[in-house]
Formats: sequence, C-alpha cells, structure tokens
Amino acid sequence: MSDNILEIKDLVVHYITDEGVVEAVNGLNMTLKRGETLGLVGETGAGKTTTALSILRLVPNPPGKIISGEIHFDGENLLELSEEEMRSIRGNKISMIFQDPMTSLNPVMTVGEQIAEGIEIHQGLSTDEAMEKAHEMLELVGIPRERAIDYPHQFSGGMKQRVVIAIALACNPSLLIADEPTTALDVTIQAQVLELMRNLREEFNTAMILITHDLGIVAETCDKVAVMYAGEVIEYATLEQLFENPKHPYTIGLFGSIPSLEHDVERLKPIKGLMPDPTNLPSGCPFHPRCSHAQDICKERKPIVTNIEEGHMVKCLIYEGVIEAKEVL
Amino acid sequence: MAESILKVKGIKKYFSTPKGMLHAVDGVDFEMEKGETLGLVGESGCGKSTIGRVILRLLEPTEGEIYFEDKNISQLNKKEMIKLRRDMQIIFQDPFSSLNPRLSVSEIIAEPLIIHNIVKKKNSELEKEVLRLMDLVGLAKRLVNAYPHELDGGRRQRIGIARALALRPKFIVADEPVSALDVSIQAQILNLLQDLQEELGLTYLFITHDLSVVKHISDNIAVMYLGKLVEKAPADELFRNSLHPYTQALLSAIPVPSIKSKRERIILKGEITSPIDPKPGCRFAARCNYAMDRCFKEDPELTEVGNNHHVACFLVEEKANN
Repeated sequence: MSDNILEIKDLVVHYITDEGVVEAVNGLNMTLKRGETLGLVGETGAGKTTTALSILRLVPNPPGKIISGEIHFDGENLLELSEEEMRSIRGNKISMIFQDPMTSLNPVMTVGEQIAEGIEIHQGLSTDEAMEKAHEMLELVGIPRERAIDYPHQFSGGMKQRVVIAIALACNPSLLIADEPTTALDVTIQAQVLELMRNLREEFNTAMILITHDLGIVAETCDKVAVMYAGEVIEYATLEQLFENPKHPYTIGLFGSIPSLEHDVERLKPIKGLMPDPTNLPSGCPFHPRCSHAQDICKERKPIVTNIEEGHMVKCLIYEGVIEAKEVL
Repeated sequence: MAESILKVKGIKKYFSTPKGMLHAVDGVDFEMEKGETLGLVGESGCGKSTIGRVILRLLEPTEGEIYFEDKNISQLNKKEMIKLRRDMQIIFQDPFSSLNPRLSVSEIIAEPLIIHNIVKKKNSELEKEVLRLMDLVGLAKRLVNAYPHELDGGRRQRIGIARALALRPKFIVADEPVSALDVSIQAQILNLLQDLQEELGLTYLFITHDLSVVKHISDNIAVMYLGKLVEKAPADELFRNSLHPYTQALLSAIPVPSIKSKRERIILKGEITSPIDPKPGCRFAARCNYAMDRCFKEDPELTEVGNNHHVACFLVEEKANN
C-alpha cells in the first residue's frame, strides 16, 4: 500500500461557456499522505473548488470538462472509473463538506434520515441499523440523538454544519474534502466546529483537504499547504516552511494583506490589481501583472517547479535564477 | 478633548414578530468624537447593523435619542432628515445588491448630487464632480459608463464608497464594507478608507464581525452581544486587556495566521440565545464560564474601569470592589 492516499497529476479542467473557455485548473499537481491535512489556499476563482469537485468527479458537465490529467486515489485512477464505481466511492471512501450548511441539506428530510441514507447505501445495513448508527454519529458531533427526527430548518447554522460533518464522516472515509467549512459561521461557532473536526480527524485518522481563504485556519489545522493562483499550485510546503519562509511573491502578498492581531501596522500592503480573468489568463507566469518583481521575461516564460528544500516547492522565475528579486524576499 | 460628533442615548429597537418582541438593540449608549473610527463588533444577530441603521434613521428607534453635532435628530421630520443625509452616509456590506443594476457607474455616483440639488442634471459640472469622485476612490475613468454587473466586487465597493462620499458627509456608517471581498482586495479597500478619512476628516462607525480588521482600522472598539454593549475601550487596550468573558472568548476564537503563537482557546458552550423576549439578567450568562446567581437576575451596567475602558460585567465589578 502506497503512502499516498491521493496523487493528482497535471490536472486540467475547463468550463466551456458561450463567453469563452474558463481555464479553471491548469496543470495542477498535488499529493496527500494518509492521515494528513492539506490546506488549499487561494482567492475566489483560483480553482480550489473545481479541484475538489474534480476529485469527486462532480464537475458539472456541461459546461465543465476534465480535459486531461490523472487523479490517483488509493492506487486507482478515479478518472478511469465507471460512473457506478465512482458512486460507491463518493460519500463512502471520499466525502465532502460543502461551504454552505444552509443549502447542502435536504429541507424535507429529517437530519437522521439524511445521515442514515449514506450508511444504508454504502454499508449494507438495514434501515433500522443505519438509523441507530446515524444517532451515534449525531452524538459524536455533539447533538443529542433525540434531535434526529428534526428537520434542518429547526437547527442553527453551527448545528447544521455539525450535521453535514456527521454525514461526511458516517462511512469513515479515508479522504475528507472540506470546502470552506466554517466560512458561513460566526467566529465562536467556527472555533467549536474546527475543534470538532480536528478531534474527529485524529480519531478516524482521515486525510483531509481543507479549502479555505483564511490563513489563520490553515495555521491551526493543516500539516501541508498548497497555495493556488489561476488554477495552479504556485507554492507547496509544510506548514512551518510556508509560514516561516514564504517564497512566492503572491504568498508573501497574501500575508501582507491580512491585518495582524499581534503587530500594529499603519497600512496594509495589498497585492495590486485583481485576480486574472480565467477566460483570458496572462501569458507566462499568471501572476506577473500583479507582481512587484516582474520583468519582461515573466510575460513569456512559464515558471516550472523549483525545490527550495525538501518538501517546499515554488513556481517562480526568481528561484529558477532567471530574474533577481527587487528586494530581499 | 476633541469635539463630539455623535451621541446615542438609551437606543432601543424592537421588532414585533409572531413569536414575540425581538430585542435587536436593547439600551445602547455611546459617544463618538470627530475624526474617530469606532469599531462595532459582534456576531450575526447581535444588533450591530440595526444600530447603524437606527443612527441614520433608516430604522426608527423604539426608544432613545440620537444627537448629531449636539442636535437631537431622533425627532426630525422627513424633510429635515433629507437635509441631514448630506452629513451622514452609509456604505453597505454587499456590493452586489446595494447598487442599482440598471444605472451606470456615473449615474449611481451622480444620483445623490442630483437629489440634493447640488448640481443640475446633465451639467458639465456634474460630470466633473463624478470624475473627481471616481478618481478619489481609485476607479478608472473608462468605467464611467460601465454597469455594476461588469465589475468585480472590489470595484463595486469603490462605487458604493464614491456614492457615499458624493455629498461630502462628515459621518459614515460602514456596515461590513469588506466582508464580501477577497483578502488582497479587502486590504486595498481598507487602505482606501483610511486615506479618505485622513484626507477628508471623516468619522466612521465601522461595523464588522472581523476582529483583525476592526483592530487594524479602529481607534475605539465596542463589543456587542445580543443587543447590548458588553465592553468598550480603545483598540489597543481592548486587545491587550479584555475584561468581559465574552470579549475574551471572542478574541481567543480568532484563528491567527502564525504558527508561533500558541494561544489558550476559550471554547464557548452553546450558541447565541434567542433575542425574542429575553429573560432579565446578563444576556451572556447562559454561555458564560463564570456566571454567578446574580448574573441571571440583574442586568449589568456598562461602567468605566479606568483608561476609557468600559465593561458590563458583575465579575469585573466585584473584582474591582475587593
């Protein structure tokens, strides 16, 4: 058995629309070890959610299409499986927590039924046995089992997200994908939910991809971090490497954009400009129009992966030795 | 002491619902000085947006008085209020729903100028003024005829800011102005708001749930819980020395983007209680780790403990007395 639970190779995903081809994911590479948590960081439109949906083969088609690449999960290339085989993996070996707990639950089913549904399908239990397991799952996420007969609208946002977590973990998946699981929640409730996820992940030894734009959450939850920009991973490192020694100008810019609680800064140092239009990505390095170090060559030459040290990879011409940084990074 | 610009006294705003009376704001007092930024923080449903709207009389207060530049504005009639709108403006949270989709950028920014008869419609002066405002907030001239749907969130929020600034107000309620934006864009807008404040001498009531944003931009911070202020202090003081158990839990709950600071996290039990017909006593008592009998019976008052630091908590009061 290989050490890696997930290996993504050169994944390319496009959305083909009337207004042009949206290049959402462009040659993405990523690996995840068993039991490890990877933070997938980036701004709106960076391709984080599309990457997650590709792993589950849930990219809406049309307009979305996985153009090329491989996604190996537990040694199998998911992109070569039949739809039926894929169905036995979704919600069973790989499950997903969606961002918005308000819309990811079925409003006309009780929460107990919703948790039991997946258990019954994947584990071949009877309806009663599945419901008993659903009650256990509810208690595990801190909701009294008596509430299994309630409907989603009778729960608060934080409670609904707990229900979603219970559904996701019900079949003891080996990979959990959490897409902004706490973005819709208040900060004190977010703290509760993150704590719950951490504990459960340790208990079940589940590998996790945590999609977020919040570097604070990454610092608290993840072992590895992949920073995405314009559909590519532009920096990949361990948590310590990324936070102590960020290399890519975009990553450094992200850190400069966050108001700090610990130090007083008069002014933030934002990244100039906007995220590129994914139907019309810049040539060369996709970050060059916003990069303060960019030189002419950045418009033409696409940076390749440079290894800074063991486990720390970055895509930037500065580290290929092609250009000089304008100031010390 | 600097000049006072806004004073609210005993503001209450109740909404009648089928389940009972919802106490959105339940007795709030504070004062703001000219040029100050007061950050109003709290979680969803605590009444922070309602306060902003009551101050601008976009919602009528159930009780209480609002003084703007020493003038009681809580009783002004519609006509007098329209005049006052020149001085008091608002920037909304959602740059997607707060702009009329059928108006172009220049029409949106020009609208307040036309309504208030500052410049006549289709006047070259109007065009000049619109371009000046666009320049002020960093919108490129070429976007003058664009429509909101063609623009990204950051640019749309700049339109909202330009519209709010059109009448040269003194006081602006900024209701979660950066919450809908990505961090790199959020930083651009925060810098813009700070520059404008310096340039134009604006006073901001900055409403947000994001504590790192509020610390960055505010001079003073007021923390709200279920319709009441629980703590108010200068920004540094609040972060250094928070006294209310709710503030402490709230601050400890923020995920910090640093791997060095390992902080003790206070995880609150339960969730925010219902604001409908609340029981007497401290609103936070049910979730508080230190709640005493007294907390469930009496309402703690917001009292000063020195250093311009105000807190509403019996625990702090008793500690001070011992």
